[in-house]
Amino acid sequence: MPPLLAESFSPELQSLVQYFINGLTIGMLYALIALGYTMVYGIIELINFAHGDLFMLGCFFAMTVLSVIGLTGGAVAGAGTGMLVLGVVLMFLLTPIFAGAANWAVDRVIYKPLRDAPKLAALVSAIGVSFIFMNIGQFWNALIREDGKPVQAASDRSFPGLVAPTNLLTDYGLQFTYRDLLIVVVTVPIMIGLTIFVKYTRLGRAMRATAQNPTAARLMGIDIDRVIRATFVIGGALAGVASVIYALTITRIGYTVGFQNGLYAFTAAVLGGIGNIPGAVLGGLLIGLVRALGDGYVGSEWSSALVFLILILILVFRPSGLLGVHTREKV
Amino acid sequence: MRLQSILSGVVCVALFALGSGCNKPAGGDPKTIKIVSSLPRTGSAKGQTDTIVNGIKLALEEADYKVGDFKIEFLDLDDATAIDGKWTSERETANAEQAVKDPDVMAYIGPYNSGAAAVSMPILNKADLLMISPAATWPGLTKPGKGAPGEPEKHRPAGKVNFTRVVPADDLQGPLGADWAKEMGVKKVYILHDNEVYGKGIAELFRDRAKELKLQVLGFDAVDYKQSDFRTKMGDIAKEAPDLLYFGGTSQSGAPQIVKEMVNVGLAGKTKLMVPDGCFEDAFVTGAGVENFGKLETFVTFGGLPSNQLTGKGKEFYDKYKAKYNIEPEAYAVYGYEAGKVALKAIEKAARKDRAAILAAALSIRDFDGAMGKWSFDENGDTSLTTMSGSKIDARGVPQFVKPLTLK
Repeated sequence: MPPLLAESFSPELQSLVQYFINGLTIGMLYALIALGYTMVYGIIELINFAHGDLFMLGCFFAMTVLSVIGLTGGAVAGAGTGMLVLGVVLMFLLTPIFAGAANWAVDRVIYKPLRDAPKLAALVSAIGVSFIFMNIGQFWNALIREDGKPVQAASDRSFPGLVAPTNLLTDYGLQFTYRDLLIVVVTVPIMIGLTIFVKYTRLGRAMRATAQNPTAARLMGIDIDRVIRATFVIGGALAGVASVIYALTITRIGYTVGFQNGLYAFTAAVLGGIGNIPGAVLGGLLIGLVRALGDGYVGSEWSSALVFLILILILVFRPSGLLGVHTREKV
Repeated sequence: MRLQSILSGVVCVALFALGSGCNKPAGGDPKTIKIVSSLPRTGSAKGQTDTIVNGIKLALEEADYKVGDFKIEFLDLDDATAIDGKWTSERETANAEQAVKDPDVMAYIGPYNSGAAAVSMPILNKADLLMISPAATWPGLTKPGKGAPGEPEKHRPAGKVNFTRVVPADDLQGPLGADWAKEMGVKKVYILHDNEVYGKGIAELFRDRAKELKLQVLGFDAVDYKQSDFRTKMGDIAKEAPDLLYFGGTSQSGAPQIVKEMVNVGLAGKTKLMVPDGCFEDAFVTGAGVENFGKLETFVTFGGLPSNQLTGKGKEFYDKYKAKYNIEPEAYAVYGYEAGKVALKAIEKAARKDRAAILAAALSIRDFDGAMGKWSFDENGDTSLTTMSGSKIDARGVPQFVKPLTLK
């Protein structure tokens, strides 16, 4: 038995710790999506509004992977552990590849020809891509059948709960499940890896140089197009990872999840200072926390308002965000 | 055909904006009467509204799209947008205005949502246009003293009744739900709602009745259904260990997630869930995950009887529907059918193409021999039907009829 038991600390403290767990886990997910926004903005100053919807398509891709190997609806309950592990591993391998490739393709087909056009042209195109993705999401939803039955294209649907919501901290009177553990175990190494990548690798240095001054970077012999491509692929892959985590933990997907979560992630990126990678992570965690504490102490109907109130306050006093250093021309 | 009508509507609206005379009362073909419906045709309520529109079409087809000398046309309008995934007040307003300005429109079937009804009622009221809702159940739309202050008068700027509904209002459903909970032996309830007109309204009615019945109400809170999860709230509820959680909302406003969260925090087996008719559809089960209904006892209340429990004309409807569309009718199909029948009956009784006459004819319907038995409209435009039913969702995700619920 652990020394610190549920009875040994007050219910108020217990709730507080629980809200922190809830907030930080969902915050990590927002951070993962926010990275895609912030990296693309850092390099080409484009707010890629389609990013949230790319995340949504990732969810459907993950579901397709599962349906291909026969893990849908009722089949999950009867499946062995090996099959479940296979499903999870396949999703984590294939979805980032899909999302990275999709993001690359969008850049190639839509944003690249607009690189020298006024910034607003690319921005409006991004909104258009977001709508296209949402429609694709609806069609995709209808294509994946549930135990052979057709489903409503527009309604949310249940994602197979491959990871059980078994509580690990029952002794402490807290709720921290395998699903929460999954978020932490996948997200933290990715963030550390990304930081190392951007700081120490050649490509990472090239990315930072391009972000600082594209013209000077080109003069130094950096292939800017390659850097931009890499940014889109990496940002997309991160969204793909986020899709799988989201699908496995929230276990409900639909064509609108990209909009909701994308909005929070975008807010996280702005809060932390758009273009700044640690800022996006900080922003994501902060938003998750504010939401959970708001749900707990104020009332769920006010949580969103609270998040945006804090965003406004921070932007009033630090217009470039928490960790944003230099303010460049924003769209 | 449909595209043409829509186009002509659009052209008409455009011409009207230019100041030319599309607004003349006797435009179009004097022998053509249009019935429009305004329902959320995109977004997650599509499953329910498909079935309603199928029901309406079935009613019109039975009459061969004719009443006396009049040719009937049907126009299926959408009050939702793909972006919102649900009804919007802009679309509902536009639909209502389109109906008012088209002189051939004599009946307006819809809307689906009570919130949308509050938007279109004042517009259509001034035009004497008959509204027949197959689904909007907020009591304040029709019943004095049962809704917010100022209701229902504020929905009727012209001072007369033009809104009718063929579905029993929530002032029955909420309390009957509480009665049923008491019968199940529930002692402690926790009530959540989605903060919308329908969900919050029905949750309040449930709460009031629960208090009367001396059930212990542990809490009454809103959830923000646009969030991906309600984990914090549900964690707090789990500590209170209620016997039953009542959620006032629909399958579009968070009900599936409530099921998931209850299972996640380990409430399944300890706490039952009860939801109102807004969740009486497939989308609720697909969203929540069939497997969860094997763990969590879930009860649904619904106005009237499920289609497969209907007898007489209702049974005929059920068989015809299944034969024609080759699928089980969803819960509201029969109300769509009944609304279509009422529109036809009103036109037949009025026997002329005149909005006020058709409205008066509809309101005077008594002892209507419909698919749900014999019923009448009362002075508020409400159906006299009071039978509700309680169903339990089984482990395969299929609602199984448990018992009829009637007011004691």
